[in-house]
Amino acid sequence: MLTGVRFAGLLAATIVLLIAGFLLWRAWPALSTIGPLRFASDDGWFPTADRFNLLPMLWGTLAVTVGAVLIAGPMGVLSAMFCRHYAPPKLAVIYRRMIELLAGIPSVVYGFWGLVVLAPWVAELRPPGLNLLTGVLILSLMILPTVALFADAALAGVSAEHTRSAAALGLSPHATLWRVVLPASSSGIATGVLLGIGRAIGETMAVLMVCGNIVQTPTSLLDPVRTLTANIALEMGYALGDHRSSLFVTGLALLIMIAVLVGAAEWLSRGRLRG
Amino acid sequence: MRFIGLCCLGFLVAALIGCDRGEASTNIELGKPLSGRLLLSGSSTIAPLASEIGKRFEAAHPGVRIDVQTGGSSKGVADAATGRVDVGMASRALKPQDPENLVAHTIALDGVCMMVHADNPVASLTNEQVRGIYAGAIDDWSQVGGEPGPIVVINRAEGRSEVEMFTTYFDLATPEVEADSIAGDNEQGITVLANNPGAITYMSIGTGESAVARGEPVKLLPMDGVPATTAAVREGRFPIARPLNLLTSGEPDGLAAVFIGYATSPEVTDLVLNLNYVPTHE
Repeated sequence: MLTGVRFAGLLAATIVLLIAGFLLWRAWPALSTIGPLRFASDDGWFPTADRFNLLPMLWGTLAVTVGAVLIAGPMGVLSAMFCRHYAPPKLAVIYRRMIELLAGIPSVVYGFWGLVVLAPWVAELRPPGLNLLTGVLILSLMILPTVALFADAALAGVSAEHTRSAAALGLSPHATLWRVVLPASSSGIATGVLLGIGRAIGETMAVLMVCGNIVQTPTSLLDPVRTLTANIALEMGYALGDHRSSLFVTGLALLIMIAVLVGAAEWLSRGRLRG
Repeated sequence: MRFIGLCCLGFLVAALIGCDRGEASTNIELGKPLSGRLLLSGSSTIAPLASEIGKRFEAAHPGVRIDVQTGGSSKGVADAATGRVDVGMASRALKPQDPENLVAHTIALDGVCMMVHADNPVASLTNEQVRGIYAGAIDDWSQVGGEPGPIVVINRAEGRSEVEMFTTYFDLATPEVEADSIAGDNEQGITVLANNPGAITYMSIGTGESAVARGEPVKLLPMDGVPATTAAVREGRFPIARPLNLLTSGEPDGLAAVFIGYATSPEVTDLVLNLNYVPTHE
């Protein structure tokens, strides 16, 4: 049993290392001939004109992710609170099923819906309606179910002892929920938000279809942006030589970005536990 | 039992070789089976088409292997000229400065045209106007004879063959282009164009024609007075077009000759159309 678990653990770790190694191997030609510095200092991303700046896409990825979490985080938690504590039981069941359904829709369907339905609405603000705002809206819709379902499970996991004690102290149900249940389930909610962030960063197809894909550091919500993932998907089919290799550098940058975020989340949660 | 099995296998092999011999004899020398390996290298625009043709050719001639490598048209020219590969691939016509021994065999044509929304009253654009629109100097349709309104410029993903043809023809460097959006695949470009009456993009003519045929609200703009049709590309009249060539050093012989004969025949027209290129045959 123990060897089985060890083997599974080892396998998972090895696969991650293999993928990282593969990325590094394929990125190496670009890293050695172009040099890692130029990926942050070149004048724009024009790989066929020998210019390879990845930073605008890094900011683009961060902008859509942060925007999506700012919307989906609170909405997900509120939706879970509604489902667990305010909704009539029958409605709560139906509501939960709908959220689960939302989680199961493939990302390309979200992307297509965004392109055909959402983009024309945003185009009223600035045509063609493919920009940071559209990307944020689609992404927040996509990670909402992740946050909501994890928050729901976390709220459900708060022991009855807490709620009964609160009731015995004469707290209103409202105060119990906000001041007792919510803090007690914060670590589960944080896990949900973290997974949502992970999904937002890694999302490719939907953002590729609705973000406009112009490589620039966004200064407004209505600026088109390109994310790191979209960059790989957009150009991989046609890239050769250094261009192709620099797309593996893009993947490496993405991997580093996620590692930093996971590390930061770990550090934050540890700090909170000690505090 | 095993003996019978072996006999059957032997018989099967003999039958296969026999088949091959019979078929090959009509193509090359009498009594020589069509087998061996054919190496192609060059243009990444042609590579997908050459691979598809190669697969079908291999299916028809089980003894043959077709290997396709990419590396750009220049590599195709150089490799074919030096004999490093049997057949080179170049998505351009041969130039006077290319090695003299090269012979080009056109398997398909590739044309790119400008596309706007069907409701756009602009019927044509000059080269200067297209250049101005994509370089950011012209940003309103009223500047090119249309109804006032911002021009939504849609570019294509860097590295695609359309981008290369477009920027070369209009003499634009990729960093010069100021676009509002970049469409990944063709369908995405058509959808964005159909949803935005003020948008403009460019696309391979085959793709554009099929979009119009299935009723998408888009239209193809003529270039230099030549309508953007696959027929105009085939007749060599459309200005933004290029041949997709297989190159050999001298006239091809043996396996290369059979393969090139097949690749330039009407038997591969459906493969050419699938990749949105223009067939050389009607």
